[in-house]
Amino acid sequence: MRRLVLALTLLAASPAAAVLPDEMLKDPAQEHRARAISKDLRCVVCQNQSIDDSDAPLARDLRLLVREQIAQGKSDAEVRDYVVERYGNFVLLKPPVEGDTLLLWAGPFAVLLLGAAGLVLWRRKVPAATPDAAPLTDAERAELDRLAGPRN
Amino acid sequence: MKRLIFILPIIAFAGLAVFLGLGLTKDPKELPSQLIDRPLPEFALPGIADTPETQPELAGFASASFKGEPRLLNIWASWCAACPQEHPVLERIAAEGFPVYGIAWKDKPEDSRRWLARYGNPYAGVAADEQGRTAIDLGVTGVPETFIIDKKGRVRFKQIGPISPEVWEGQIRPLMQQLRAEA
Repeated sequence: MRRLVLALTLLAASPAAAVLPDEMLKDPAQEHRARAISKDLRCVVCQNQSIDDSDAPLARDLRLLVREQIAQGKSDAEVRDYVVERYGNFVLLKPPVEGDTLLLWAGPFAVLLLGAAGLVLWRRKVPAATPDAAPLTDAERAELDRLAGPRN
Repeated sequence: MKRLIFILPIIAFAGLAVFLGLGLTKDPKELPSQLIDRPLPEFALPGIADTPETQPELAGFASASFKGEPRLLNIWASWCAACPQEHPVLERIAAEGFPVYGIAWKDKPEDSRRWLARYGNPYAGVAADEQGRTAIDLGVTGVPETFIIDKKGRVRFKQIGPISPEVWEGQIRPLMQQLRAEA
């Protein structure tokens, strides 16, 4: 029983975020927005973490900056633009669809379409490759009967 | 025609391998600066001097002073491991007559002072960005980084990581000479 309780307690544990209590905004709604924005912003020091996950000092600075901007009444898009203006689209973990990200977004679908087109061509060609069978002549039929032997 | 169908995937794979292979040779830490050809973001930073009257070069500076002649703006810190390696190059740049300004990033003024006392001060001006807010405006991702500012106060180049003698001679010095010749 005790083990079960322990296991359940461990299941309930959530992964720790890097946000420290002293960074948080007093208004839970604003803090919730800040967390959502932070999860989408890449930490430029440890590049495969969001600033919400990263313990890097620069990530902390950016978290504080995001919260400061929200407290000033900026919209989510304005806060994101503020950071992008300084660090470029690279800081967005989900980059926008633009000219230079077109390959990134459209690439997988292009490959899928190419594959589908290839498959269609392939399927169309294979049956056409087998020549139409002409009906057997009487001589061929007689030869077949001879080879198969007398039917009982 | 039939053979082509079997060769095509190999060609496609080779193309992909070359594309991704080229990607591997690039350093993902080198983010292209958003500031190139744009004016230096505005800032006015305090200095690190304990007695600013006798040490005017340690008394801080503002972005507005970056006009009239091309300068280097170096971001460093006393806790930065690569900065001592870059330091002799900065001394050389200053000795060759190109003004270098330094911002101590997320560093205590007394630590910055101690570092300069130990290694020597190559900077024509030193300012402190203890909160790191100006560094964010500059798009700094680490130390050292160096911005080249032209006569009109626009950022023209960003060096990520220490300036090596080769980078100075091959890239930055020619650029500084070109910027000096610009109207």
